[in-house]
Amino acid sequence: MNIYGIRAIYHFEMARTFRTLWESIAAPVLTTSLYFIVFGKAIGSRMGDIDSVSYGAFIIPGLVMLNLLNESISNASFGIYMPRWAGTIYELLSAPVSWVEVLIGYVGAAATKSVMLGLLILGTARIFVPYEIAHPLWMIAFLLLTAVTFSLFGFIIGLWADNFQKLQVVPMLIVTPLTFLGGAFYSITMLPPLWQKITLFNPVVYLISGFRWSFYGVADVHIGMSIGMTFGFLIICLTIVGWVFKTGYKIRN
Amino acid sequence: MPTSAAVENSVPIISVRDVNKMYAGGFQALKKINLDIKRGEIFALLGPNGAGKTTLISIICGIVKASSGTIIADGYDTVRDYRAARATIGLVPQELYTDSFESVWATIKFSRGLFGKTPNTTYLEKVLRDLSLWDKRDKKIMTLSGGMKRRVLIAKALAHEPTILFLDEPSAGVDVELRHDMWRMVRELRQQGTTIILTTHYIEEAEDIADRIGVISKGELIVVEDKDILMRKLGKKQLTLTLRQPMDSIPAELSAWPLALFDEGHTLVYSFDSQKEETGIAELLRTLGEHNIEFKDLSSSESSLEDIFVSLVRQPKGAWS
Repeated sequence: MNIYGIRAIYHFEMARTFRTLWESIAAPVLTTSLYFIVFGKAIGSRMGDIDSVSYGAFIIPGLVMLNLLNESISNASFGIYMPRWAGTIYELLSAPVSWVEVLIGYVGAAATKSVMLGLLILGTARIFVPYEIAHPLWMIAFLLLTAVTFSLFGFIIGLWADNFQKLQVVPMLIVTPLTFLGGAFYSITMLPPLWQKITLFNPVVYLISGFRWSFYGVADVHIGMSIGMTFGFLIICLTIVGWVFKTGYKIRN
Repeated sequence: MPTSAAVENSVPIISVRDVNKMYAGGFQALKKINLDIKRGEIFALLGPNGAGKTTLISIICGIVKASSGTIIADGYDTVRDYRAARATIGLVPQELYTDSFESVWATIKFSRGLFGKTPNTTYLEKVLRDLSLWDKRDKKIMTLSGGMKRRVLIAKALAHEPTILFLDEPSAGVDVELRHDMWRMVRELRQQGTTIILTTHYIEEAEDIADRIGVISKGELIVVEDKDILMRKLGKKQLTLTLRQPMDSIPAELSAWPLALFDEGHTLVYSFDSQKEETGIAELLRTLGEHNIEFKDLSSSESSLEDIFVSLVRQPKGAWS
């Protein structure tokens, strides 16, 4: 195992974050604050509790998940796309590092950044809404697992994309809509019966539901389903990445 | 009985066997390449644009997958034992691929770490000082000139102390000063035991610096030879005579000589083999005198590596041997 190689990639990626620390933090924190002000305070104060949880507190897990998914994808996709775009990937390809080590470096750094941001958003939320975390270990486990899974997903997008626009397409056109429709701002039990069934095809429902369960002990779907779906998505991403590395798709040809 | 050092020197540091590269579109970039690079030599790989030089280097370094064939670098298979093989190789790419926002120091530290080497600030400082980059170590790469960026790429390639160094078109777009610095450094590295493989468009540089030359054309390695032997074997000399009276054509009595007319019949050129003991010049001059063909000036010239290179890549395969 090339530990120095993993460390080099990880530090390189983290240094990139710290160079643009202000931009990395300011935008998500501001956006989240606006969500809390508008949905949590202004609208939320006129809404009833959901599953005995105030609306302001109810949306916290969804908002964290929204940011976690987007940040994980954008960090990892940008991280591997940049060397491809700038041509510096030649060094990575000619170095004595296995793709597992490359993956640990890039995905590890992307997941670290998004977990840091997730915790920062939780801290910001505390300013606006009081909340408690019923299962803190599960909360951390969901946070880490989702960050790693979606960083892997971002890594795949970064390998697939041919231009900067493509980097944006999947997060904007797929992940954000799925998160909004995945119960970030409502319980799926509030939907008409038909839509409740349709929405179960949305994988993000399981992530948000599981994460919310770790906070308040209530969930839209069984916690076992949430854990299973999260691992399922992780395995799918690992399989795709494994295939990419084995075939050299868009890398070594 | 040969010494162990002599045996080690006789084992090629890079051995390329039957390497083919076919791209997805059907273009065959390399056709059954076989090549041995000797330990400690400077090997120049010459070829026109698109000949396959960069593809071959990229395959040896692990950037591109070969369609078939094997490569051994310093005793290690570049696919099976890729870690050990790649750890011995440094690559300076043709294009100025750099991390614009990184500092010089950060980028060479990254390169050393990526290649699995323990941190060694003393060694990295030496590399930067040798390349006149020490003063620029805290500068962001984007603020450096093209020549300085080239130096940074060389520093990155040397950061993990490779025993084999590939320089892909290192003189492209660099000024005279850097070119001189670079060749000085290449010679020093060779003295320290580093094997250097370079491609260049400046053939006079290959002529000046290389021990052996390989010429690649249309994906085929058409010649690999010791530079001096190549120059002797394929080099031609020419005697140029400026005639007092122009000739319409070469007279029949001179048809046995390898002569050619240029400059509307004012210049007569005699090509001869530089290796032969008898050049035939004296006899030619005597024959010209017998036929009252007078000349007012004469000069002789020897073909350069460039002339040899051009004739090699223009000829069909096999014509040179």
